[in-house]
Amino acid sequence: MAVDDVSFDVDAGETLAIVGESGSGKSVTALSLMRLIPNPPGEIAAGSVMFEGRDLLKLSDAEMQAVRGDRIAMIFQEPMTSLNPSLTVGLQVGEPMRLHRGATWKAALEKAGEMLARVRIPDAKARAEAYPHQFSGGMRQRAMIAMALACQPKLIIADEPTTALDVTVQSQILSLLKELTRETGAALILITHDLGVVARYADRVSVMYAGRVVETGTAREIYKNPQHPYTRGLMACVPRLDGVLGSRLVPIEGQPPDLTRLPPGCAYAPRCAYVTARCLDARPVLEDVGGGHRKACFVAADAAAGVPVHA
Amino acid sequence: MPDATKPDRPLLIVEDLKVHFPVMSGAVLQRQVASVKAVDGVSFTLNRGETLGLVGESGCGKSTTGLAILRMLDITGGRIVFDGEDITGHGRAAMQPIRKRMQMVYQDPFGSLNPRMKVVDLIAEPMIVHNLLPSAKARADRARELLALVGLRPDMADRYIHEFSGGQRQRIGVARALSMEPELLICDEPVSALDVSIQAQIVNLFQDLQQSLGLTYVFIAHDLAVVRHISDRIAVMYLGRIVEVGPAAALWSAPRHPYTRALLAAVADARRAGDGSRELIGGEMPSPIHPPSGCAFHPRCPAAGPRCRRDQPELRDIGGVMAACHLYDGGVA
Repeated sequence: MAVDDVSFDVDAGETLAIVGESGSGKSVTALSLMRLIPNPPGEIAAGSVMFEGRDLLKLSDAEMQAVRGDRIAMIFQEPMTSLNPSLTVGLQVGEPMRLHRGATWKAALEKAGEMLARVRIPDAKARAEAYPHQFSGGMRQRAMIAMALACQPKLIIADEPTTALDVTVQSQILSLLKELTRETGAALILITHDLGVVARYADRVSVMYAGRVVETGTAREIYKNPQHPYTRGLMACVPRLDGVLGSRLVPIEGQPPDLTRLPPGCAYAPRCAYVTARCLDARPVLEDVGGGHRKACFVAADAAAGVPVHA
Repeated sequence: MPDATKPDRPLLIVEDLKVHFPVMSGAVLQRQVASVKAVDGVSFTLNRGETLGLVGESGCGKSTTGLAILRMLDITGGRIVFDGEDITGHGRAAMQPIRKRMQMVYQDPFGSLNPRMKVVDLIAEPMIVHNLLPSAKARADRARELLALVGLRPDMADRYIHEFSGGQRQRIGVARALSMEPELLICDEPVSALDVSIQAQIVNLFQDLQQSLGLTYVFIAHDLAVVRHISDRIAVMYLGRIVEVGPAAALWSAPRHPYTRALLAAVADARRAGDGSRELIGGEMPSPIHPPSGCAFHPRCPAAGPRCRRDQPELRDIGGVMAACHLYDGGVA
């Protein structure tokens, strides 16, 4: 089971970050929303995805096809493998307009030029005629964003959109994405492993571990007052730019669990410094801590407060 | 940490290192039409037990610098002196005894370790190549010792690499490098493929090994916080040149070069929630085939003036940190 009992909601104009390490189920969650999980072997066994009042999981394939790329758009990590190398960038950015809006190729290409200019690609009209290999990594990701935004989607899912990019380009792309969602009022689901990115760009955060959400709340609350030992551990184990030199990092010991052999209790229990007998038997569910902040952990907040976390 | 038994000279001196790759054109009769100046005049010295961090974005030449020090690439110009011996002109045979004293740790241990060999053989292989321990039994014992040294169980020695997680694979990569008892480790993005919770374990391992074995590191990475954490000194590279170099603390608390400042501003720090307002630079690193005139950073630099388009700035001492910028050298006008 890659993802188990994950629930969240995101409002128009809001940015929700789903944070987790590899294998935590964050990407599978995103693909499930788009119904892009290959079946077989994958299967969405249960649940619902309510979007604009409809359950996406109950739509026919044709109906879902009409939603994808129009009402909901997705941006992937590796723009080079998501762009077709044998078609010009303009054709690809314009394609959603053809498919979903019935635009003529001429109109679609014109729109593509506009969109490329909107994501600040210099000399956009001319660059629309270029092929993906003629673009740098940052420009390709801009083109992907232009494509995603072409039909003015209400929801954008960005799966590690800047992980493959250099830091100076990364901050350009995220700032641009944030600005464009603010302008169009779209909701943004940002999937990332980078807590720094979350801190800077997210309104709300869901932290995932072994296919489940272990803590969720506003970004401010999660950073100021992390409750789950895993969240605290994650924050403590990354070096800080203003940390004390010569200090030692506090790693989370052990390895993430094998999803095919999850322990019966809390999946984090084998690595947790506060594990109790109860954690090994029963699986904790998300409980309200106050102000929409929820955590799935038996260990009381005050007991967890002993975890060394940088203030 | 200075070692009393070793002479007090720098372990490594790199002087005006240049690595250029030819760009060929033509279908049959190829001729060189240009060159990629991957590394173009890099100099630094490294003392025993010290860690030098090399940071910069992709294409800045940091990995090429690492490979050139190991003499795994042809050097176009400059000098590399290892423990007092000039190795710039060394051929294969002359490099052989030197190379076991300097080893490399790669980013992707899965790509650099043979999947069909048992871990014990992977670690023992360099010992065979360098004729270190004559008997297979002694080599296997040493391999088990090394596994324990990098925090793995010696009984894991008979497994294959696919049975290990990313962090464990990196430990095996380190054990293999250490089998030669090297003095210098060149670590090329050794933690960037790992999850953050595992990354901290490996960073601690590097620090522990340095303490116990007196190792010297060139630590190449793009993660500024990790580099600052592990390095004594840091060199920031841009388009094949060092633009700023100095002690880790001084460099990061008061960056001199506009590029260092931009890099630091771009890092989204976990502890600075909601801080999206800092000044970010535009553009991307230009092609090293056609580097900009003068200072290579000038097209992206917020402080650039006419002189930056004309003259290439040299590294000069600015209060304990070396920076190559006209701002500190008579102005940009």
